[in-house]
Amino acid sequence: MAKTIKIRAKAKNGVTTVKALITHPMETGLRKNKKTGEMIPANFIQEVVCKHNGKEVINCEWGGAVSKNPYLAFKFKGGNKDDTIELAWKDNQGNGDSLSAKIR
Amino acid sequence: MSLNQKRRVFLKGSLAAGTLGAAAGLLTPGAVLAAWNKNAFTSKNIDEAIAGVVGDPVTTPSKDITIKAPDIAENGAVVPVSVSTNMDGVESITLLVEKNASPLAAVFHLPKGSLPDVSTRVKMGKTSDVIAVVKANGKLFSARKGVKVTIGGCGG
Repeated sequence: MAKTIKIRAKAKNGVTTVKALITHPMETGLRKNKKTGEMIPANFIQEVVCKHNGKEVINCEWGGAVSKNPYLAFKFKGGNKDDTIELAWKDNQGNGDSLSAKIR
Repeated sequence: MSLNQKRRVFLKGSLAAGTLGAAAGLLTPGAVLAAWNKNAFTSKNIDEAIAGVVGDPVTTPSKDITIKAPDIAENGAVVPVSVSTNMDGVESITLLVEKNASPLAAVFHLPKGSLPDVSTRVKMGKTSDVIAVVKANGKLFSARKGVKVTIGGCGG
């Protein structure tokens, strides 16, 4: 299921800006299903790691308070055009995904 | 708060800090790590949450931290927040929403070379302050910004 991540990285003046969108419901576990009255089980991303040429550039820990279909943007020094950026996430139910992209 | 309660808070805080220390030791590049800081993320108390992440609830307010967030958020389920600072040696940026059931929203660990400038979107249950805690060169700094929420993002 490599369709959950959209990532775009751009290098400019020695600084690379990475923007990523992840498709994920991000359920806190505190909401109720309105029709059945049952609690919707928690299902949210806990870990997001992004690597540039195999070196970690950001490592996020998230809780249920991050919005549905989370957005993440950050910057790091270095990075050239056509370098590889890899982003991976993992949620509390053990699901995860990763995607590689090239810096533009 | 009675003495006994204070003791509980202290115990919990140090416990959470201990877990974090262990987790930091386990960090290996290449692995999506397994040690999610559960104590801090489920904590209902803002000081406990901060202490659980950075080891100490005492932070110095700083004007060098910029929080970009709307003054009024029409939809509390999606509140864009950006945190940036011009400090050197930033190790982590922690984002909290003061009045959420569990205040801790996200922690960004920044290895050397990453710039202290992160953006994301958070849920806000009601009008509240967004708090950013920056750990730089082992010291703790914080800033806050009020966001007015007209429709809450938590609950039905």
